[in-house]
Amino acid sequence: MIGTMAQAAPYVGYVYPNETDIPWSVLIVIYPYITGLVAGAFIVSSLYHVFGMERFKTVARFALLTAVSFMFFVPVPLLFHLGNPQRAFNAVLTPHWTSAMSAFSYVAGFYICLLLLEIWFAFRADIVSLAKTKGGLLGRAYRILTLGSDDVSGKALAIDHKFAFALAVIGIPAAGGLHGYVGFLFGSLKSREWWSSDLMPIIFLLSAVVSGIGLLVVLYVAYSKFRKAALDDACLQGLAKTMWAFLTVVLLIEGLELLEMFYKSLEGIEMVQRLIEGPIRYGMFLQWGLSLMVFATLSYLILTHASGRALVTGMFASGIGMMLGVLAMRWNVVIGGQELSKTMKGLLIYYPEILGHEGLLAVLFIFLCPFIVLWLVTRFLPPWESKARKEVSS
Amino acid sequence: MESDTSEAKKAEPGSALRRNFLRAIGAGVACAGVWMNDPLQAAPPAAEAAPPDIPGYDWRKHKWAFGVDATRCIGCLRCVEACKAENGVTQDAHHFRTWVERYVYLEGDEHARVDSQSDPGNIAASDSQQAFRFDNRYASAPVEKAFFVPKLCNHCTHPACVQVCPTGATYQTPDGVVLIDHSYCIGCQYCVQACPYGAREFNHAMGVTDKCTWCYHRITKGLQPACVEVCPVEARVFGDRNDPDSPISRFIRNNRVSVLKPQTGNAPNVFYAGIDKEVS
Repeated sequence: MIGTMAQAAPYVGYVYPNETDIPWSVLIVIYPYITGLVAGAFIVSSLYHVFGMERFKTVARFALLTAVSFMFFVPVPLLFHLGNPQRAFNAVLTPHWTSAMSAFSYVAGFYICLLLLEIWFAFRADIVSLAKTKGGLLGRAYRILTLGSDDVSGKALAIDHKFAFALAVIGIPAAGGLHGYVGFLFGSLKSREWWSSDLMPIIFLLSAVVSGIGLLVVLYVAYSKFRKAALDDACLQGLAKTMWAFLTVVLLIEGLELLEMFYKSLEGIEMVQRLIEGPIRYGMFLQWGLSLMVFATLSYLILTHASGRALVTGMFASGIGMMLGVLAMRWNVVIGGQELSKTMKGLLIYYPEILGHEGLLAVLFIFLCPFIVLWLVTRFLPPWESKARKEVSS
Repeated sequence: MESDTSEAKKAEPGSALRRNFLRAIGAGVACAGVWMNDPLQAAPPAAEAAPPDIPGYDWRKHKWAFGVDATRCIGCLRCVEACKAENGVTQDAHHFRTWVERYVYLEGDEHARVDSQSDPGNIAASDSQQAFRFDNRYASAPVEKAFFVPKLCNHCTHPACVQVCPTGATYQTPDGVVLIDHSYCIGCQYCVQACPYGAREFNHAMGVTDKCTWCYHRITKGLQPACVEVCPVEARVFGDRNDPDSPISRFIRNNRVSVLKPQTGNAPNVFYAGIDKEVS
C-alpha cells in the first residue's frame, strides 16, 4: 500500500499516521555535515599547533580559517528548520538541561569564541604588520583588530605562541565535544532503531575528521592552483596518512556495527534490511563505495610513497570522494532513521522539496556561504606563508 | 487554531513553569549532573511549579490515567473526529492526537495486516480527510482474527519527549499529564523524534508541536476527554487513579492490562486490555 497524498511521505507496510509528516528534512542532514567539516579542519591545525607536526604548518592557519568560516554557518540550517526561529533564544535563556539540544548554543558559542581567539593569536603579527601598511577603511579594520597591541617583539610573539598552544589544546576536546554531541543527539534517542546506538557519537566524530581533512585537501589544492603556488608534498603525504588512519577506524566501526546488528537480529531486523536495500540503497552505495575507493587510493598513495602530480591528483580525488561519502553517510543516518518507521512494520520514503525554506536550493545556498566567507577571510587574513617570509624564517 | 492555543494557555501553566526554569538556570548550570538525570525522577521542575489558575481544581489531588479496552472497540472512529473537532487538530490524514489501528489475521497469516484510518484505501472509502472510516476490504476475505486498537499519547511517567525538549516548552504536570506551551515551543521537533509511539504531530500553521492533552481543558472541569465522551461502546476509559472507584481504577483492577513498548522505560499511563503481541 503506497500513500499518495501530496506533501506527505509515501510509505509501505504500516507506519503511525503522524509519521508521514517527516520531522527532520535535508537541512538536518547538512547540519551535522557542516559541523563535521569544522571538527576535521580543526584537528589538522591542531596536529601542527599541539602535536608539533611541522609538515602541517603549511595548512595549519588556513585550516583554522576554514574551521571558523564553516562554524559560522553551523546554526543556519537549524534556524531554517525551526517552526518558530524567532524563539530560538528560548533554548539559550531557559535551557532545559535534560535535553542534549539545550547545550547546542553553549557548545557552539564556546567553540566559536575559542576559534576566534586562536585565530587572533595565530595571526596577530600579520595583523600588526597589515595595520601599519594598509590605509583607508581596511587599515582601520586591521588597527582595530590589533586591539591596541602592536608589540611584535620576540618576547611578545613567544607569549602569543603560548596562548595559541593552550587554546589549541583546549580546542581538541572542544571540537570532539562539539561533534560527539551531535552524535549523542541521535544516538541517545531510544525511539529510533537506526539511531539508537552507543557507537553513534564515535562514528560521527571519526567520520567528521575524515570529511574535514577531505575538505581541507580539496581547498588546499584548489587554492594553490589558483595562486599558482607549489603544493607541499610532505604536507599532502601527512594528510594522506592522517586521513587513511581515521578512515580505517571509521570503516571498521561502521562495519562492526552493521555486523553486530545483523548478528543479533533483534525483532524488526527484516525492516532494517529492507531500509538498506530500499530507501537508502543509493546512499549506502555512495557511502561505502566512495569510502572503500578512497581507502584503496590512500593505501596506494602511502605504499608507493607517491609524490608530485600523482599525489596531488590522488589526494584531490580522495578529498572529493570523502566529502561526498560522508555527506551520503549523514543522509543515511538522518533521513534513513526517519524512513524506518517506529512501528518497525513499515518504511517511509522521503523526497526533499526543491524550493522552499527546507528545500535543496536552500541547502545548496547555505552550504555555499562558508566557501564565500572563507574566500573573503583569506583575502583579509592571508594564511599562506609568502615567499619573502619563508626566506626570512629560513 | 488560534482559539485552541489561547484555550490551552488558560489551562496550561506554562508561564509559571518558565519562571521556575529561569530560577532553575543558576542551579542548572552549576549542576551539570542533571545530565545524568535520575531515571526514576521525571521532569522534577514540574512538581515545584505554581499550580494553574483553574477554579476548584487542585492538580496535586489527581492522578489521571487512561484505559483502552480493545475487545470493545468497533472502529467507528467517532473518537478521532471528536478529537479533531474539540482540539482544532489539522484537518488532514497526517496529523492526529488520537487514531485507531485495525489488526487483521487472515487464515494462515503469521503476522497481522495493520492499517489505520489514514490508509489511502480508507481515505478513499470516506472520500474525505475530515470524516474517517475503515473500508470494507476484508468483506469477502477469510478473516481468522481481527480487532481495533485506539492509540493516543501515553502521558508517560518518564516521558522521553519532555526529556529532550530544549526549552522546557513541553512538561509534565503533577496530575500526570504531558502538555505543551505553544507560546514557548520553538518547533525543533526533537520531541516528535523522541516519542516512541508516534503520538506527537507538527502543526505547520503555528510552527509548533501538538499532542493529546487528555482534553486538559475538560478534565480539569470535571468532564471526560472528548474521545471518551463520544465512544459508543466504552472502549475508552478515563479517570483518577487516586479514586479507587473511578472508571480507570476499576478498569485496571478488573482487567489484565498491559502497556505499549514497556522496554523503552517510559512507563506509559495508557493501559490496554485485549491487545495482541503484534500491537506496539
